Amino acid sequence: MIDFLISIVSLTIPAGTALLYGTLGEVYAERSGVLNLGVEGMMIMGAVTGFAVTTATGNALLGILAAAIIGVLMSLVHAFASVTLRVNQVVSGLALTMLGLGISGMMGKRFIGLPLAGRLTPLDIPVLSDLPILGPMFFRFNILVYFSILLVPLLWFILYKTHWGITLRSVGENPAAADAMGINVSLVRYLAVMFGGMLAGLGGAYLSVAYAPAWIEGMTAGAGWIVIALTIFSLWDPRRALLGAYLFGGVRVLQFFLQPLGISPNLLNMLPFLLTIVVLWMISEQAFRRRIGVPAALMQPYSREER
Amino acid sequence: MTDSSPTPPAVLMRGITKRFPGVLANDHIDLEVRQGEIHALLGENGAGKTTLMNILYGIYHPDEGSIEIYGRPVSIHSPHDAIKLGIGMIHQQFRLVQTHTVVENVILGMGKGFVFREKEASEKIRELSARYNLKVDPDAYIWQLSAGEQQRVEILKALYRGAQILILDEPTSMLTPGEIEDLLKTLHRMTEEGHTILFITHKLDEVTAISHRVTILRQGRVIATLETSQTNERELARLMVGREVLFRLSKEQIQPGEVMLQVENLQALNDKGLFALKGISFTIRQGEIFGIAGVAGNGQRELVEALIGLRPVQAGRVFLQKDEITHDSPRARIEKGLACVPSERLTALVPSMSVAENMVLKSYRQPAFGRGILLDRTTVRSYSQRLIEQYAVITPSCDTLVKLLSGGNIQRALLARELSSQPRLLIAATPTAGLDVGATETIWQILLEQRRQGRAILLISEDLEEVMTLSDRVAVLFSGEIMGIVRSEAQNLEKIGLMMAGAFRLPQEEWV
Repeated sequence: MIDFLISIVSLTIPAGTALLYGTLGEVYAERSGVLNLGVEGMMIMGAVTGFAVTTATGNALLGILAAAIIGVLMSLVHAFASVTLRVNQVVSGLALTMLGLGISGMMGKRFIGLPLAGRLTPLDIPVLSDLPILGPMFFRFNILVYFSILLVPLLWFILYKTHWGITLRSVGENPAAADAMGINVSLVRYLAVMFGGMLAGLGGAYLSVAYAPAWIEGMTAGAGWIVIALTIFSLWDPRRALLGAYLFGGVRVLQFFLQPLGISPNLLNMLPFLLTIVVLWMISEQAFRRRIGVPAALMQPYSREER
Repeated sequence: MTDSSPTPPAVLMRGITKRFPGVLANDHIDLEVRQGEIHALLGENGAGKTTLMNILYGIYHPDEGSIEIYGRPVSIHSPHDAIKLGIGMIHQQFRLVQTHTVVENVILGMGKGFVFREKEASEKIRELSARYNLKVDPDAYIWQLSAGEQQRVEILKALYRGAQILILDEPTSMLTPGEIEDLLKTLHRMTEEGHTILFITHKLDEVTAISHRVTILRQGRVIATLETSQTNERELARLMVGREVLFRLSKEQIQPGEVMLQVENLQALNDKGLFALKGISFTIRQGEIFGIAGVAGNGQRELVEALIGLRPVQAGRVFLQKDEITHDSPRARIEKGLACVPSERLTALVPSMSVAENMVLKSYRQPAFGRGILLDRTTVRSYSQRLIEQYAVITPSCDTLVKLLSGGNIQRALLARELSSQPRLLIAATPTAGLDVGATETIWQILLEQRRQGRAILLISEDLEEVMTLSDRVAVLFSGEIMGIVRSEAQNLEKIGLMMAGAFRLPQEEWV
C-alpha cells in the first residue's frame, strides 16, 4: 500500500510540472488583462528548441534557457498584436498555437527517435533523497520540478504583497484607473505576456529535456489547452494553479494504473479532457455566484483616447 | 514671463483646440483659474467640458493651444505628467479597482520599495482622511463602498499624490443630498488649505451654491466667464443652452383612476444571488406617475427586470390591472399591456437596424404588418412615418439606422414605439439620463401628456429633480426596500434625502 502511494506521488508531481509552468505563466498574463491562447504553440516550440539546443551543446541548462527565450519571442508576437495593435486576442493566440505546432513539426523532423545526450537527471540531495518513504516521494526529482514548486509561493507573494503585484492586478482589472495613476499599461501588459511566454517555453523544455526525454511531434498533446482551463480553475491564484496542475498530473498517472485492468487506452486518453470540461463547468457555477477571480478587463484592449 | 500680477493663475489654458473624427470638441478655448478658487465649468452634454479637462490631465493631447500651470508653460503628455505638476482628476466614472482595497487603490503607482507595507500606507491615509474630513475605512474593498465613499477614495488618491489643483467631473451626479453637502464642505476645506478646485457640472444650482467663478461652454467654445456672485441661474441657463429655457411644465390636478399595477411583497435576487428586492409593495393608478427615487444600485435594475419578466421572482405577486403576471414570459406581459423604456436605451432597440424596423419590433406579428410570412414593408414604413411625426423624432428618413440618431431622438423613437401599443402601464427608467436640457424637456412633456391622457407610469430615476417634477407620489428605494412613500412636494425633500441615505424610515401608516 505504501509502495502504491509512493509511486502515485512520485509520478504525479513530474506529470503535472509542465502544466504548472504553463499555468503560472498564463495566470500572470491574464492578470494583466491579456488572454494568450498560444500556450500550446509556445510550449511545443519550447520543447523542440530545448531538445535541439541540448543535443547540440550537450548541456540541458542551455537547452532550457533557449526554450525560455523562444517562449518570450513567440509571446512578443501576441503582445504586439493584442496590446499595440489591439486586435482580437483569441485570433492572435490561436494563430500562435498553429504556428508553433507547424514550425516545431518541421524543425523537429531530424530529432525524431534520437536519444538525448545530456538530459536533465534527477538530483541526488544528500540525506533527503535517502529518507525512507519521503525520499522517493519528494526528493528524487530534477531541478526543474523543484524550481516550479519554488515559483508558486514566490509568484503568489509578488502578486498579492508587492507593489508590482498591485500594479499588475490593477492593469488587468481597470486599465483606465491604472493609467490615470500614471502607470504605463502597455508596458505592464507586454512584460506579463512575455513572462507567460517564458514559463510556457520552460514547460515545453521540461517535457522534452527532462520528462520524456525525447522529441515526439506534437508531444504537448493538448497540454497548452489544459493550461487555459487550469488558469480559470485556479481563479488566477498561483497556489490553486499548483493544486490544479497536480490534479491533472494525477489523472495522467491514473491512466497507467487503469490500463492493465483492461480499460481501453483510447478511453483513458480522454480523461484529462473530460476532467477539463467537468472542472470548467464547476468553476463557471462558482465563479458566477461569487463574481470574483476573472480579471475584469480580460481580453479588453486599452486605448487612452478611445471615446 | 510678465510679472504683472503677484500670484499667477493656477491654470491658464490658451487657444485649446481638439478635434475628434467629425467633431470639433474644443474650439480655441481660453480658461483661467485663479489660485484657491472654486471654478465651475458649466455646459450641456457635448459642450466640451470633459474633453477640456482630459486635456489638462494629459489623457487627450490638444491639436493646438498652450497650458501654463502657476505661470509656467508646460506640456502634459500623460496623467503621469499631470500628477507631477500637482494636478488630480476625479472622473465621473470612478477609476477604481473594485476588487482591491482602499489602500491598494490609493497607493497604486506610488509605492516605495518592493514589498507593499500596508500598515504604513493605511496610517497615512487615515491622517489625510481626518485632515480633510473624508471618512473612509482604508481596509475596506471598493465594492463594499457607497458612491459617496468611493468618491472620497478618489479625492484621497489625488491628495495622496500631493495634488494642488483638483478637477472633479460631475461630482454630485451619483450622490445623495446628504453626501453632496459633505462633499461641498470638503471642497471648501480644501480651498482654505490653498487647493484650487475645478468642477464640471450642468446643474445650475450647484454653480451658484459653491463656485466663486464660472466658465460657460457651448458647442466647444467659451461663451463667458463670470463671477458667480454677479449672475443668476436664469442667465446661466440662457448662456448654457443658447436660448431662453422655460421650464414651464404644467402638471395639472388629475383624479387618479383604476389601479393599473399592483406589486405585493416582491422579492428577487441580484446577479450575485443575494436579495436585491426584499419584499416591496406599491400600486399605481390611471393618470398617475409613480416615482422611485434612490441612489443607483439599491434594487432599481432588479425591480425593472422583475416587472418585465427578465428576472425570476422569488416571492410576491404582480398584477397588471386584474391580471396576474408574476411568472409570465416577457412576451405575455407585452401582450397584456406592459411597456418599458429601460435605462440602457440601446438595449431596447437594435442600433444597427432602421428606425422603421425598430418601430415594429414588438408589433410586427400583427397581421396588419404582414403578407403571409413576409413583412409588408410599405405598411411598416408608413406606420413608422406616422410615429416619427407624432413624436417629432428628427431623422433623415425612417430607413436611417437607429445608431446614427442623437440620444434625445433615440429616446423619442423608443417612447413612440412603447406608447404606440397603448399600454396599461409604462415603465420609464432614467428616461433622460445623458440627454441635454432641451431633449430632457421634450421627454418630460411627453410623459406628462401621457399622464393627462390617463396613462399609469412607473418612473425610476436617480435624478431627484426629475422625480420631484414629474411624479405624483414618490417611493424611496434603499437596499432593496421601500423606506417610505410620500407626495412629491417640496417640503418632503429633506425626508426623501434621508431615506435615500438609509438614515430614515417612514412608518408604514404614514405612506400615501
